[in-house]
Amino acid sequence: MIETTTPDEIDPHGEVTVDRVELSAELAGSEGRASSAEIAQYALWLGDDALILSQQLGAWIAHAPELEEDVALANIALDLLGHARSLLRYAGTFDDRTEDDLAYFRDEPEFRSAWLFEQPNGDFARTIARQLVASVYMYELYRALSSSSDASLAAIAAKAVKEIDYHRDHAVQWTLRLAGGTDESRRRMVRGLHDTWPYVDELFRDSRPVDALPGVAVAPSSLRDGFGAVIDAVFAEADLAVPEVEPSAAGGRQGRHFSTLGHLLAEMQVLARRHPGATW
Amino acid sequence: MTTTEQEHLWQSAAGVRDPEVPVLTIEDLGVLRDVDCDGGRVTVTITPTYSGCPAMETIRDDLTLALAAAGYDDVDIRTTLTPAWTTEWMSEEGRRKLAEYGIAPPTGTRPAGPIRIALSVPCPRCGSLATREVSRFGSTSCKALYECSACLEPFDYFKVH
Repeated sequence: MIETTTPDEIDPHGEVTVDRVELSAELAGSEGRASSAEIAQYALWLGDDALILSQQLGAWIAHAPELEEDVALANIALDLLGHARSLLRYAGTFDDRTEDDLAYFRDEPEFRSAWLFEQPNGDFARTIARQLVASVYMYELYRALSSSSDASLAAIAAKAVKEIDYHRDHAVQWTLRLAGGTDESRRRMVRGLHDTWPYVDELFRDSRPVDALPGVAVAPSSLRDGFGAVIDAVFAEADLAVPEVEPSAAGGRQGRHFSTLGHLLAEMQVLARRHPGATW
Repeated sequence: MTTTEQEHLWQSAAGVRDPEVPVLTIEDLGVLRDVDCDGGRVTVTITPTYSGCPAMETIRDDLTLALAAAGYDDVDIRTTLTPAWTTEWMSEEGRRKLAEYGIAPPTGTRPAGPIRIALSVPCPRCGSLATREVSRFGSTSCKALYECSACLEPFDYFKVH
């Protein structure tokens, strides 16, 4: 039993033992080190996007409209968690922090995820709308990043793009199904897209440190056309229009976030903060 | 390192099974990429099937045990992401074993583009092509869930990747 400040209290997490597994030894691509603060920062951007989206999708497990979707969303979350682990591990190599330090021991202002990913799950259609934007964007991003001059980023991206391809297909199929289903499913899909669209713009804005990393990072603005082409094809098939909404102010890359991120982090981080160093 | 030693080392590592698909070894899957021995220190290189594959940590432990049993105590297990794993690396033997076990092996090529058509997968139990994808995602990252309209059995399909 672990020593706590109040030994008489029963620990809600059961028996927790701290072991000494070298986390870095469990990770794919553990040979590369980020060679500059800018590269580490860029990896952190992408890692945080994947981590927050993964955590959001995990909340659907046992709550999805059908059993197959529990399984699908869990699988997608697991892939994204894999990308987040690789990217955060790589970001941490610059200043000797582990993936766990970055995931569990940073507060909201230190997270660099874009606002799209911290938007609430809402109903299933809203989650699918967010998933459509996220997977179409990530597909374009990782496909381009596969040719990065940074070998570690290129390796992570080449691996991720094959998995995101499945996520994109899943989101597209559900978008078509909901938009072409009943009046109710279509109404919800249209509303989900409307609620999601203000957060699209932030994904394609160039800002530091990306502009300082030609050849290493992918300029977000260069992905906008590829993203638009896929979305247009899907919307044409589903008889949907691009929502006419103003883009949000966007501050995720500067560490400004909605209160939803605080709640999400509280749940995600509580165990690690309660038992620092524990593995399970 | 002599060829015999290299062979012995490879065979010791190659027998480790995938804990989620126990009919396959990591050699069948193409997860085992390289073994090397330098002055008594063994280096094994493996690659994950999917980025988030939870079997990787069990495979690392099983490799350490298998190599210790073969007399190698100083083992370093490395994971690499490049080149990215593909089902093309799955051995013919592996594909045969999968089908016998009741999992449809990966077939055909992966369709490209944002909007897809579904291709038939033969039922591993009765061979019928009258099968239907129930969910692109299944019990593990690498599998999809199908059902056969002829014998009515559900089955797993190892996705082309």
